[in-house]
Amino acid sequence: MLSGIYGLLSASFFVTLDAVDVAFTEAAVGAGIATLLMLVTVTMTGRYEHSARHKPIGALAVVLVTGGLLLYGILDMPYFGSIDAPAHLHVAPRYINGSMQEIGVINIVTSVLASYRGFDTLGEVVVIFTAGVGVLALLSAVRRPEEDVEIDSVNVSMHEKYLILRVVTKILIPFILLFALYVQFHGDYGPGGGFQAGVIFAAAIILYSMLFGMSTARRVISQPIIQLLSAIGVLVYGSVGVVSLLNGGNFLDYNLLSDDPVAGQHLGILLVELGIGCTVTSVMVIIFFNFAGRTEDHMRNERKSA
Amino acid sequence: MLAHLPVLQVIVPLLAAPACIILRRPGWVWAFALLASGSAFLISIALLQQVADSGVVVYELGGWEAPWGIEYRIDTLNSILALIITGISTIVLLAAHTSIQEEIPEDRQTLFYVLYLLSLAGMLGIVTTGDAFNVFVFLEIFSLSAYALIALGRDRRALWASYQYLIMGSIGATFILIGIGLMYQMTGTLNMEDLSRRLPEVAQTRTIFTAFAFLIVGICLKLALFPLHLWLPNAYAYAPSIVTAFLAATATKVALYLLIRFTYSVFGGSFSFTTLPLQTLFVVLGLLGVFAASITAIYQKNVKLIFAYSSVAQIGYMIVGYSISTPAGLMATLLHMFNHALMKGALFLALGAVMYRVGSVQLRDFHGLGRQMPFTMAAIVAGSLSLIGVPLTVGFVSKWYLVLATIENGWWPVAVLILLGSLLAIVYTWRIVEAGYFNAPPAGNEQVREAPLAYLIPVWMLVSANIYFGIDTRLSIQIATSAAQSLFGVGP
Amino acid sequence: MFLGLYNYWIVVVLMMIGFYIIIAHGNLVKKIVGLNIFQTSVFIFYISVANIDGGTAPILAEGFSRYSNPLPHVLILTAIVVGIATTALGLALAMRIKEAYGSIEEEEIQQRANREC
Repeated sequence: MLSGIYGLLSASFFVTLDAVDVAFTEAAVGAGIATLLMLVTVTMTGRYEHSARHKPIGALAVVLVTGGLLLYGILDMPYFGSIDAPAHLHVAPRYINGSMQEIGVINIVTSVLASYRGFDTLGEVVVIFTAGVGVLALLSAVRRPEEDVEIDSVNVSMHEKYLILRVVTKILIPFILLFALYVQFHGDYGPGGGFQAGVIFAAAIILYSMLFGMSTARRVISQPIIQLLSAIGVLVYGSVGVVSLLNGGNFLDYNLLSDDPVAGQHLGILLVELGIGCTVTSVMVIIFFNFAGRTEDHMRNERKSA
Repeated sequence: MLAHLPVLQVIVPLLAAPACIILRRPGWVWAFALLASGSAFLISIALLQQVADSGVVVYELGGWEAPWGIEYRIDTLNSILALIITGISTIVLLAAHTSIQEEIPEDRQTLFYVLYLLSLAGMLGIVTTGDAFNVFVFLEIFSLSAYALIALGRDRRALWASYQYLIMGSIGATFILIGIGLMYQMTGTLNMEDLSRRLPEVAQTRTIFTAFAFLIVGICLKLALFPLHLWLPNAYAYAPSIVTAFLAATATKVALYLLIRFTYSVFGGSFSFTTLPLQTLFVVLGLLGVFAASITAIYQKNVKLIFAYSSVAQIGYMIVGYSISTPAGLMATLLHMFNHALMKGALFLALGAVMYRVGSVQLRDFHGLGRQMPFTMAAIVAGSLSLIGVPLTVGFVSKWYLVLATIENGWWPVAVLILLGSLLAIVYTWRIVEAGYFNAPPAGNEQVREAPLAYLIPVWMLVSANIYFGIDTRLSIQIATSAAQSLFGVGP
Repeated sequence: MFLGLYNYWIVVVLMMIGFYIIIAHGNLVKKIVGLNIFQTSVFIFYISVANIDGGTAPILAEGFSRYSNPLPHVLILTAIVVGIATTALGLALAMRIKEAYGSIEEEEIQQRANREC
């Protein structure tokens, strides 16, 4: 719960610091996904921790030394918000000016993310993909059909308890999906882009599965297809780069994707963001399904042995 | 295509990984992974050739010139590391198909190969890039896939080891991120070459001092330098055999590369060694690592743990060579990197063979293996000889140059301590040899046969390379010297 | 001087809280929470570096000429993603450890692990 609040606070802090894209992502990821995963984990591991038996003097000492070093380092920093800081004078002006001329996109963060430093973003997509594969390797379990029947009976009883929630959710989900699509394609003009859209899309699916039961959700969204989708997202991103290679330029040089460099940039960014959205959605769904599935199994086993 | 070698080096394994998800059967996936890794190896050879012919290779990603875009900057040091990493990865993969049948459940095998390729791509991305933040991203790709790979081990302690590695590794990565952020704040750039030009003007500020300190500590966490090595022994011991063979031979080398790259190319040798007393610090920590780890190794009953602690000791040697901060010392360190990769790769693969046939790597299960698995034991003996530094192995060559470099620098006590450390290595390797050759097999183990060819071929490839480069040292010395000198500003 | 750098003082305090939680607490899930706090404070640090007085969000618009530095924003977007990936893996490991050892307290796990030879 607290981590959700912390995430939201950070997000609002970011907004006041003019970092709108970051705020958007932090709100979706930090306040949304992280909280969700924590809640699912804690369901299984228990809410309380044992109190430590010894005083952590060593840890305190390390923290004080590290903190002291950081505080020492702050003393020579340029003032917060100063316009002459070295950080703003060297690389940034070209991004701000070139975004319109070289790339034709008004959201400078998107132009830097998807084009100037596009390779970093490919790395980022691969990081998400790695997390998805890692969670799969750690938590996936083979479902047996009789388990699904059991879960269905739980579902029917849930229907009476949460009737209002279910009806409202059914109405909301299409709007959430529509909003996700909007964010996906609007990243060039306002805060948004592949990541945020992917997380919102996944949130809609997760909402559905929370209220209608995991087994129903698994029937709607088949596991092999989702895994395939996560791989396809990364491959789409990579192929854009490979096409540039084949057209005679360097990897991920969008200027070569079309006769007009700016149009090429637009096309490149569009495709790349699609790849990102695809992978992010599927990996978030994979992670949630596996976490929830494992917790369900654990709860069921506990009930059986009790 | 030749002009694009730098990016292909990373892209081939990086894109092969998700492609594995599309092929379903583990057998096909293995062949595909082998193909990807083999191609990466060939690319690294071609790259080394290119650097030798025409000097530093620069590649702009996205067509944007640095420092606005990300650039790859390949010199001799980068290409040596890429060669070592891809070479080990390919040879180890040869044994993977057989090995994981026993150690990893079938529904996870495809995922294993995906994670393996991701680790490989992550490491290659770290050693080829010329952009500081790009290092962080690929460092995380590598680390995350390594955590997952280690957790695939059969023993439940693998999960705990992986978690500890995750926590310590993430702290290290976050420290590196802080260091990069502080550097950016004071210079306005992320490109390593650009940073080396802009750092001298702000070098005396407290902020850069802090940045340097955080970077070094973060890298040392990943390097497993004593006393930040606590994650390594368990992580290596309980991971699946193939994972240990791969990671032990490559993971810490990459961290050492980062240390060398940041202290020499970005901050500059004179800054790095004068702001913090790095020389003294690293010599002391390196030697402490050698002794503490070697002594701990002597008391272990799990052979994998013995060699894992031995790895911490070897890293200690490499750090001692590094701390001399002369071209000779650096050359010895690079040679030792090469040697350690070959030797530990061979040793852990051979241990994998033992695990495959015997089902355990406890010392008491080694009794009588000399007769039951002669080739495997012989490989372990050869690897151990290289560990100690016996002539005719690469281990001798690198220890020789290390001792030479310390003496040249006037550090006689250090040279003596290095030789003492080798004596300790004799103690713990003798325990294994004694168990294998001078004891009868324990009850229940009489049916053990020699390891399958799938293991023997890669193990002996590595051992032969070890012996070959121990005898004909011209090529390795030439490359190591050229790389060391380029870091000091002479040559490519 | 202190007022001019107030953002950074706060960032360091947050960082140290997070760092302390990671190394002092034994509960596996709590460590991950600490890691999250630690990483988020680094994000706030980067974003503070990017901020310019009188500037606005880095989206080109009529009437604005001063924009905040977009580069740290990009870096942090990537770092947020890396953070969630680490959290997901860490929590998955914690769940598996709970199943395998029956506990998520560091001391208990260490004891049970040491008992096996």
